[in-house]
Amino acid sequence: MLRAWRRFRGHKIGLAAALYVAALVAIAILAPLLPGLDPHRITNNVMQAPSWLHLLGTDELGRDVLTGIVFGVRVSMTVGFAAALAATLIGTAIGAVAGYYEGVLDMLVMRISEIFQVIPSFILAAVIVALSGPGLSRVVMVIALLAWPQIARLMRGEVMRVKQLEFVDAVRCLGVRESAILTAEIIPNALAPVLAAGTLIIAQAILLEAALSFLGLSDADLVSWGRMLNSGQRFLFNAWWLSVFPGTAIFVTVLAFNLLGDAIGSALNPRLAK
Amino acid sequence: MRRFLLARLGWAIPVVLAILVINFLIVHVVPGDPIQALVGDFPTPPGYADQIRHEFGLDQPILNQLGLYLVNLAKGNLGFSFANRQPVLGLILQRSELTLLLMLPGLVAAAMLGIVLALAAAPRAGSLYDTGITALSLVGFSVPIFWLGQLLIIVFAIRLHWLPAQGFVSLRETFTGWRALTDIAWHLVLPMFSVTIYYVAIIARVARASVAEALARDFVLTAKAKGLSRRTVLWRHVLPNALIPIVTVIGYNFGYSLTGAILVETVFAWPGLGNLFITSIGNRDYPVLQGIFLFTAIIVVIANIGTDMLYAALDPRVRSAGPRNA
Repeated sequence: MLRAWRRFRGHKIGLAAALYVAALVAIAILAPLLPGLDPHRITNNVMQAPSWLHLLGTDELGRDVLTGIVFGVRVSMTVGFAAALAATLIGTAIGAVAGYYEGVLDMLVMRISEIFQVIPSFILAAVIVALSGPGLSRVVMVIALLAWPQIARLMRGEVMRVKQLEFVDAVRCLGVRESAILTAEIIPNALAPVLAAGTLIIAQAILLEAALSFLGLSDADLVSWGRMLNSGQRFLFNAWWLSVFPGTAIFVTVLAFNLLGDAIGSALNPRLAK
Repeated sequence: MRRFLLARLGWAIPVVLAILVINFLIVHVVPGDPIQALVGDFPTPPGYADQIRHEFGLDQPILNQLGLYLVNLAKGNLGFSFANRQPVLGLILQRSELTLLLMLPGLVAAAMLGIVLALAAAPRAGSLYDTGITALSLVGFSVPIFWLGQLLIIVFAIRLHWLPAQGFVSLRETFTGWRALTDIAWHLVLPMFSVTIYYVAIIARVARASVAEALARDFVLTAKAKGLSRRTVLWRHVLPNALIPIVTVIGYNFGYSLTGAILVETVFAWPGLGNLFITSIGNRDYPVLQGIFLFTAIIVVIANIGTDMLYAALDPRVRSAGPRNA
């Protein structure tokens, strides 16, 4: 683990991405504590281009775009981390059991994950959210529901590889129960690729949430980047800043999580490192 | 070949069944009365809800309902859209033409561009050019394509006035013949580019890896030793051997690009499936939404089978070894 950390530290791009993510998490936590920042505050300065007073301009109700982006961090981080965490936990548990015990359960898990690979998940997510009504927890649930098979498939493969290693036989000879072998010995040794994939799922989740909000499938009371782009769409011809800045926030953040995922992957798996 | 096809169909049937069951479950798992999901919140004539309740057997046990649902689908009955005053199936088929017009040329262009980029990059592994391609593919994975569409409109339509911002044909003039075609093509450029970027990224990435792998094989050395030119070695020997992963990635990401097209259409007011999707969200016209999910999912299954067939046609080894995940 220490060696992996050292490798990660040597990975400059990965480190920069990690710092950016840490800054976003700090912003997400601190934003509501700062005095005078209210993304909903309506002013008379409508549709102002970027200026010293409003660094990134204002929208059709005079709301400050920068403040909106700052509060949008909260939505993206919540959805990204919560959905990826849920998907990773579910996927790890199911994948590990399937890979360890094999048999009917394994076959079932593989078939299900194949189906999930085929169905256009964004469209399914949009249909479910449209029918059940928008809401942050619903969006998180839907994304987790669609993403866990990726993790399960990966975990299953790793568990199948690790369980054939000699140390597992050694532990078994000590009389350790099978379920304990799986949870205490095999899963920790199979977790590395899952961590990297989980980070990439954060990126996917942020993109998916943004796309849903862009289509108007989000809580109207929450300021989110996708929702800002949705209103920016109506003013493309006269207010470029309403599209350019929130979109940049999504792009840079998703890019950071993708880079971070790649860096974690190569730090934890030196065999793949270039 | 025939056995291969049969095996793929054997894979597809349970997948399609699962998709149908998912679509059925959406109606029933979602909170609220299933009748609402089947009819939508758009105002409908009195008595229609009762007719649907009877047609889908909503007063019967759930398994009977599933049976009736499948029978209705088999008859092509995906429900009726009151917002559009048209049966859902016909509506979707009609709109999907324009979506395909947006997607297919983009796909071909992306495939060619991705392959050319990869062929150019692979022999120069580690060079600045190679790094550039890797960076490009990362950008392609991370950019929200609806935002990319907005940026393209702002730059090329609003600032530079080079290309039309939205729509499918010019509204101020009516063109005929050749001019009508070029008018559509003109409107197609920006949305097509937006749909393509993810594809170019993923194809370039996969093609780069598979070209690099093929380059390291012995037959390349043999070809070089025969004194063939660099270009001949690349195009005649390396590319055919590197083609399979490329074909796979194109075919298997069909669903993703369909999704992309739907998002891009809403930005460019392109009157295809995506536009239907977003107006149906606005109208709470649920049968149309579910119909679009069903339609796109089945298209993706077909694209997957098509990919596997192409795969088998390209590589005789696949034919004898049997299908990949059967």
